[in-house]
Amino acid sequence: MKKPASAVPAKKRSFMEFMKRREGQRGLVIVLFMAIPLLLLAVFTYIPFLKMVQFSFFDMKYIGDRTFVGLQNYIDVFKRDDIFGALFVSVYYMGGAVVQLALALFFASLMVFKVKGDAFFKGAMFFPYLICGIAVGFIFKFFYARGFVLDSLLQLLGMEMEDIPMWLQDQRINNISLAATSVWRYTGQNMILFLGAMMSVDSDLYEAASLDGANKWHQFRYIILPSIKSIVVLNLILSISGSLSAFEPPYVITNGTMGTGTYFVIMNRLAHENQKVGLACAMAIVLLAIIILCTVAQKLFFKYVFDDGTADESKAAVRRRKMEEKAAKKAAKSGAMAQSSVSGKGGQK
Amino acid sequence: MKSQIKIGSIFFSIFKYVMLIGAAVMSLLPVAVCVFTAFKSTEEYNTTSVLDVPKEFHFENFAVAFKQANMLQGFINTAIVLVVVLTCSVLISAMLAYVLNRFRFRGSGLIQNLFMFASLIPGIATQVTVYQIMFSLGLINHLYGYIIVLMGTDIISIYIFLQFFENLPVSLDESAIMDGCTYFGVFFKILFPLLKPAIVTSVVLKGVNVYNEYYMSNLYLQSKELRTISTALYAFTGPYGNQYNYICAGVLMTIVPIFILFLIFQRQIYGGMAAGAVKG
Repeated sequence: MKKPASAVPAKKRSFMEFMKRREGQRGLVIVLFMAIPLLLLAVFTYIPFLKMVQFSFFDMKYIGDRTFVGLQNYIDVFKRDDIFGALFVSVYYMGGAVVQLALALFFASLMVFKVKGDAFFKGAMFFPYLICGIAVGFIFKFFYARGFVLDSLLQLLGMEMEDIPMWLQDQRINNISLAATSVWRYTGQNMILFLGAMMSVDSDLYEAASLDGANKWHQFRYIILPSIKSIVVLNLILSISGSLSAFEPPYVITNGTMGTGTYFVIMNRLAHENQKVGLACAMAIVLLAIIILCTVAQKLFFKYVFDDGTADESKAAVRRRKMEEKAAKKAAKSGAMAQSSVSGKGGQK
Repeated sequence: MKSQIKIGSIFFSIFKYVMLIGAAVMSLLPVAVCVFTAFKSTEEYNTTSVLDVPKEFHFENFAVAFKQANMLQGFINTAIVLVVVLTCSVLISAMLAYVLNRFRFRGSGLIQNLFMFASLIPGIATQVTVYQIMFSLGLINHLYGYIIVLMGTDIISIYIFLQFFENLPVSLDESAIMDGCTYFGVFFKILFPLLKPAIVTSVVLKGVNVYNEYYMSNLYLQSKELRTISTALYAFTGPYGNQYNYICAGVLMTIVPIFILFLIFQRQIYGGMAAGAVKG
């Protein structure tokens, strides 16, 4: 209260005016501050989204006539071998995503105990995430090329050149090679996420547990795992949609040839090279539908199977706790509460 | 009993370090080989195994790559894009987060959900129609067009700021308003300076994304002199086919700035990852 506030002459009318001005200002701030982001969101996300729905029913190019074809584009998505095959290619990337999450979880649980030089290990594993996708593509094009890095390494280990498969040409394994580049790129990032969640657990808990004679597995199972459940679930969801939308590895390394075309590589080709805009839009909608389905299914799955199964509390206790949390959240809609309830979870046990 | 635990923990230690060293080698090897190759002369590259360390360091690959791929122009364009996009998107996201966090009004929940749902839509999918919109707005093949698109897809920053605002006590705003401060003043004078850690985080994360962005840059900046660093790098696909000593030099040049940034901002980057992942 340094300045004499304008409301000090507390006449009733001037106070009302003051309130009015506040209200007006409030509205102005809301409108002004939200105008640009909402405009951008509309123009670059929701209008394109609606147009995508509309275009998916037409046979059209970017410029020129369009003809209404009903559901034909959607039928094509499932009938054309190149598109439907691309969905199968995503399965490799999903497998990669599972491997990547498992590795990340494994290394994060190693790092949570005292490690000398942890900054180096963390940095080494995380850095690939920061390299741009095109550079990653080139690095691995070089890595897998016949007679280059990987082949030389295997020869050093005593393998014969004839026994080494063509990493990028052999249709049985080239998708695995490509999915492996994603694993290389994202494992460290996942690990950092998990590690962050694990570190938020009170370190006294580990000490107490090891004094009580709990071995590392028990510490992992009863202290670490419960603390990172939600972030693991979240990452599983993200990596499923991520693997459906894999684009850069095949695009740079093989250009989608030899059966490595992922959904987006095919879609990109159809939209921008063949100008089959309608079909590409139908593909995008189908993909989005799959992603939403996966998100919902995973959430439900973990809600009923995983979440309550590993907790030491009985289901009723879980329900009660959740009710309390909900009530607390409603009472004070602030993030500080959410955080304290997270750390509180660890403390209850 | 006690000695048993001790032996166990020694084994665990050995296991731990073997695993970690293995992982570090796996992570660094592909890049390390690239470094070796980038420093080899063409002759040495053709005659030696890729795993050999170069006998002496040659820099001509970098010079050739730098000139051929027109990387200088790429760096300049990327720098312009970075400065404008980061400045604008920090301001925009912080303002939006301020409004969403501090005011309850009709539709505020809906707006928050709209942003949430938008993060589900994979970016490349909508580009088919965004391209058409960009075309009709005349934004294709202009640096500012690309800048505007990049600002429009900025959900991570919004989350980071939203989370940060939740931890800033509302009493700050209230006391400032008691002192006769306007809402604008509250935001710009009181809260914005306090956002500094969140700003650093979001700048670093967004910066990395923008620097590495390829797809939209390729789509919306088609003429050669508008290439950003990632599209400039992609130009190596054609002419250099198997001359990996040049390609590796190009790759390294794009990695070095990110690497330096990483060394400086390690803590913020790790922190930002966590903040960006826990979406409310």
